[in-house]
Amino acid sequence: MEAQTLYEKLWSSHVVHQEADGTALIYIDRHLVHEVTSPQAFEGLKLAGRKPWRVSSIVATADHNTPTDHWEQGIQDPVSRQQVETLDNNIREVGALAYFPFKNERQGIVHVIGPENGATLPGMTVVCGDSHTSTHGAFACLAHGIGTSEVEHVMATQCLIQKRSKTMLVRVDGKLGKGVTAKDVALAIIGRIGTAGGTGYAIEFGGEVMRSLSMEGRMTVCNMAIEAGARMGFVAVDQVTIDYLKGRPFSPRGDDWERAVAYWRTLHSDEGARFDQVVVLRGEDIQPQVTWGTSPEMVVPVGATVPDPAKESDPVRREGMERALHYMGLTPNLPVTSIKIDKVFIGSCTNSRIEDLRQAAVIARGRRKADNVRQVLVVPGSGLVKRQAEQEGLDKIFVAAGFEWREPGCSMCLAMNADRLEPGERCASTSNRNFEGRQGAGGRTHLVSPAMAAAAAIAGHFADVRDIL
Amino acid sequence: MQKFITLNGLVAPLDRNNVDTDAIIPKQFLKSIKRSGFGPNAFDEWRYMDRGEPGMDNSQRPLNPNFVLNQPRYQGASVLLTRANFGCGSSREHAPWALLDYGFRALIAESFADIFFNNCFKNGVVPIVLPKAEVDALFGLVEHSPGYTIEIDLPTQLVKRPDGHAVHFDIDPFRKECLINGWDDIGLTLRHADKIKAFEERRRAEHPYYFA
Repeated sequence: MEAQTLYEKLWSSHVVHQEADGTALIYIDRHLVHEVTSPQAFEGLKLAGRKPWRVSSIVATADHNTPTDHWEQGIQDPVSRQQVETLDNNIREVGALAYFPFKNERQGIVHVIGPENGATLPGMTVVCGDSHTSTHGAFACLAHGIGTSEVEHVMATQCLIQKRSKTMLVRVDGKLGKGVTAKDVALAIIGRIGTAGGTGYAIEFGGEVMRSLSMEGRMTVCNMAIEAGARMGFVAVDQVTIDYLKGRPFSPRGDDWERAVAYWRTLHSDEGARFDQVVVLRGEDIQPQVTWGTSPEMVVPVGATVPDPAKESDPVRREGMERALHYMGLTPNLPVTSIKIDKVFIGSCTNSRIEDLRQAAVIARGRRKADNVRQVLVVPGSGLVKRQAEQEGLDKIFVAAGFEWREPGCSMCLAMNADRLEPGERCASTSNRNFEGRQGAGGRTHLVSPAMAAAAAIAGHFADVRDIL
Repeated sequence: MQKFITLNGLVAPLDRNNVDTDAIIPKQFLKSIKRSGFGPNAFDEWRYMDRGEPGMDNSQRPLNPNFVLNQPRYQGASVLLTRANFGCGSSREHAPWALLDYGFRALIAESFADIFFNNCFKNGVVPIVLPKAEVDALFGLVEHSPGYTIEIDLPTQLVKRPDGHAVHFDIDPFRKECLINGWDDIGLTLRHADKIKAFEERRRAEHPYYFA
């Protein structure tokens, strides 16, 4: 048999039906649902008189609109509250394998709770009305974001209509230096291939660096595949994957576990499998990264200066750089470490897991935020992450450093709740998008790792975390 | 879904790369539980001088005179001309809903982001990819000819300029058929319900742990 890529194995094991032109019906194993992109789908289903095909595929939570403080007061914004209550009602009516509503101890960001509950398993197709569904690819899943029409389509048919993607291998060889994390790997990859570099591709992340990362780190890299233009990114199964999943609430048990593990161990690209494109980075070359503009590809190492549009020959790109610098309130050739910040956000489906919080806590321990930094939000990805962090005493380290320890949710990654930047405010953020207005109208976002965010909070400006460690 | 066969429409230019879905429809408007009514908030942060919130009377808000779509000559446009990687970022289908509600039925760009591209087809909005040289030429023509219209013929897959120049575009045959007929995907898929059931039973037998 011809050597297959992991993508080809995952794809072919889910084809229900295929037309001559390659259009296929793909079976969906896991459907993650949140309050923002699902109400119109539930309504469409009801209006058409259709029943959900398999409710036991659904795992749901409320995360985008939920507040991260004063939970005893409920959701103050009536429009947000209505959206969350609409999900409560829809799940009550339709059912689900699991629902973690607002205030539930296992509530959290949908891309954090799926894996930590063992609801994301290797070999699955995983979809959600959310572009960061690529996160689940860390478990060798075919996982990607879909629109609301497709949410309805999956509910009604348990399938999606798709064509095969092209395949790209992004191999990160060698080793990462001290203070360089999965987030820096993700940003360095985007800096290399650009925000449209992965369009039309399914990306497999491989190489010694990927193998050396924990599941949390792999999730961070796969999470940002979409920022490189690829709907999905994934990593092959190895012992790290299997160890992570053992004993989770929805992980298989007993004989099923043995059977599952035997299958999961086949979920890797075969020796000699051919990819449509291969990109290679060296771990030793990756420095802590900081974005300077309004697209994740506008990124430089912390020791660099803000790029100069005058050196860009393409006029559309040059104008884009000028517009970004104007929006960000920056001038060309400024050292990145001289950029002062107003706020810090540590959280999001990219960087809100226990390992991320530990990395930030190492920097914050025994230090205090700079006076010019107005607010440092630390938002755990889920109730379980929060509890774990508190058991380790991380919350106390953060509070002693002048950081705010919050309740779980998406929070200031997209600012649908009350956590947001004011116009002109500059933020060191561990989230995934530095688009104009993403963290609040007029807000200025710089994407960094949790350790770099904590370092910026302490210094009051961007600082090389390697000088602090 | 609304059918799409041909369109002769006014073209509006948005000369930027990487227009993301946060820019097309900002997050505060995603709190709606409806599919309609997003048009007045399309490009909200670029379009208005104040900060938009759900429930505002948008007709009373101050417009940004520097935003290209606010120019009188582009009012009533149904074709949006833009650059590379349009619709990147969030999977929110509110983005094509907002563009459609604004009045755009067709988008012409050098490239589109995957999820957005896919979402357009579910809503009768046609995303057309043209080579950079054709897009460059169109930007020049639109700028120098007020009231510039273009014809899009989906059955023949042609974008026809008023000067007689026509350029062919690619489109997936299945998606083309759905657009021309206004077909609903779910209905089409459910014709294969027996196959889906059979597949599911096989999978359940082989991998019971996915069906816990």
